[in-house]
Amino acid sequence: MEETFVKDSAVRKPKKNKKITWAVLKEQRQLIYMSVPLMAYIILFAYVPIWGWTMAFQDYKPARDFSEQKWVGFKHFEFLFKDDSFLQVLRNTLAMSVINMILGFTTAIILALLLNEIKKVFWKRTVQTISYLPHFLSWIIVTGIVATSLASDGIINDVLMKLHLIKEPIQWLSEGKYFWGIVGASHVWKEVGWNTIIYLAAMASIDPALYEAADMDGASRYRKMFHVTLPGIKPTIIILLIMQVGHILEAGFEVQYLLGNGLVVDWSQTIDIFVLKYGLAQGNYSLATAAGIFKTVVSVTLLLIANGVAKRLGEERLL
Amino acid sequence: MANQTISPGPATAAAAPKSVRKKRVEPILFNTFNTLFMIGLVVVTLYPFLNTIVVSLNAGNDTIRGGIYLWPREFTWQNYKAVFASGTIYDAFWISVARTVLSTLLNLVLTTMLAYTLSRREYVFRKPITLIFILTMYFNAGLIPGYFLMKDLHLLNSFWVYVIPSMISAFNMIVIRTYIGTIPESLVESARIDGAGDFKIFIRIIFPLCKPVLATIALFVAVGAWNSWFDAFIYTSSRQELSTLQYELMKLLSSSMNANSNPAVAAGAGMTQDAAVNMVTPISIRAAVTVVASVPILLVYPFMQKYFVVGLNVGSVKE
Repeated sequence: MEETFVKDSAVRKPKKNKKITWAVLKEQRQLIYMSVPLMAYIILFAYVPIWGWTMAFQDYKPARDFSEQKWVGFKHFEFLFKDDSFLQVLRNTLAMSVINMILGFTTAIILALLLNEIKKVFWKRTVQTISYLPHFLSWIIVTGIVATSLASDGIINDVLMKLHLIKEPIQWLSEGKYFWGIVGASHVWKEVGWNTIIYLAAMASIDPALYEAADMDGASRYRKMFHVTLPGIKPTIIILLIMQVGHILEAGFEVQYLLGNGLVVDWSQTIDIFVLKYGLAQGNYSLATAAGIFKTVVSVTLLLIANGVAKRLGEERLL
Repeated sequence: MANQTISPGPATAAAAPKSVRKKRVEPILFNTFNTLFMIGLVVVTLYPFLNTIVVSLNAGNDTIRGGIYLWPREFTWQNYKAVFASGTIYDAFWISVARTVLSTLLNLVLTTMLAYTLSRREYVFRKPITLIFILTMYFNAGLIPGYFLMKDLHLLNSFWVYVIPSMISAFNMIVIRTYIGTIPESLVESARIDGAGDFKIFIRIIFPLCKPVLATIALFVAVGAWNSWFDAFIYTSSRQELSTLQYELMKLLSSSMNANSNPAVAAGAGMTQDAAVNMVTPISIRAAVTVVASVPILLVYPFMQKYFVVGLNVGSVKE
């Protein structure tokens, strides 16, 4: 998503550098009518709420006017970093994010490599179409399916029992130690097919001459996969990986919120759930806003760094 | 989501090496493994969904006995009748349809209009407006400030909170703008010589020519609108008549999850109004709602596949 910014800011020299005069404004009035109201709209919905960040530095009470609020400086931020439950939430967020990232990348790359080896176009397209299906389902539906499959009489326990791998059904969703893995697996189930699109496109643009040369040298199929295909998509993998680092605090909200329950809260709650719980449910707006600001500031910093790195690499490797 | 490569299309990948392959035995082994793997993938992807459809078509009191896999034991339409007889779900279905249609139309027209103005090199406000939109991809004021904004704008407990806050996405704007960049400038210039203003050029020339990329964007926006539940959860939950289908499904899911841990709640929760029809159980109702909530999208996306694969690549074309 972000590399578009890299490209955009990189090289786009306007042909004519017009000065803003009344004549120009009049000439371009239709462009102005078409875009300035939309700019006002985005400022209202994306920028104005930043004013709300002041709440994190106050003991905010909805009943009071802005001038009557009590300012408390960094009190809420200090509280957050001494609060065990926030640190736990931070740990959960980072852990699930890293697990999702590792599982997501490896499974999508492996699936793309295997799909790329299918030579029958119809069969390949069919598998691809089916593998995209879960991407279009909502998390509500996906977590419903996950919960049904993992229930004590669900298909997973069924299969494991029939294979005699376990004697008693496992209560998957009631034990914290399974939760991170279940979230990771749910993400893989939902997105693995979709995530192959980008790798398959990269593979399609590898020069066929490379494969022919490898054939001349008598390279086996595995060697071609590892020495032609994989290096061919390496730039794509690296860029996506760097970008993903910028999203390290985005472990998701929906899946943890929907699959979590009282028995696994110590493992399931993420920063977003913390904000929801303290903010809207308990009315502690200041603390929740402080947690939200922390997340945004860290994310933006990481994203900018990632963008910078990707841009540097992009110039060397991609162009 | 984003993509670096310009691909000539996935189909060319398959055409690479054919000559040397026959001599080897290992391809047979590999192909067997690969085929089995793909069959496994298809089964794992489709089974939970097919099972849900079967459960939704099986008599509820029979499903509880277990052992329903891929074929209904006691076929019935009763679950669907109960779903649509229940006013809440029927209303929610139409609210979901309305928000999806409205969001999609508004997004397409407004985002394309903005993208057109920002594609005009001579436009004096091109750079600042572009920057204002692109920055919104990096940060977000957060849940609590956003909530207060909706409150101040009197959008709480209003249908419009589903539509108005998400009328334009910066990412989609860039995808469309990139696509507009591929339209020959001579078309715009000749229209201008004929006396057409920017608005007319947008409506008559640019918008119709953007169809392929708009098909992709329409799919993404529609899927997002149809699948979202969080806005109904936090902004409109005190007005039942504004509930959406996904949110109703979420309520059914969470009541049944509570039911797992506490049987006393189970008796009270769920579809009390359907208790008269004792063939229907919370599990079968949930399955039927899941099918109703996912089928509209699943009917559409396979036909959009050629567009979204192209669309994803267009978003990444370098300039």
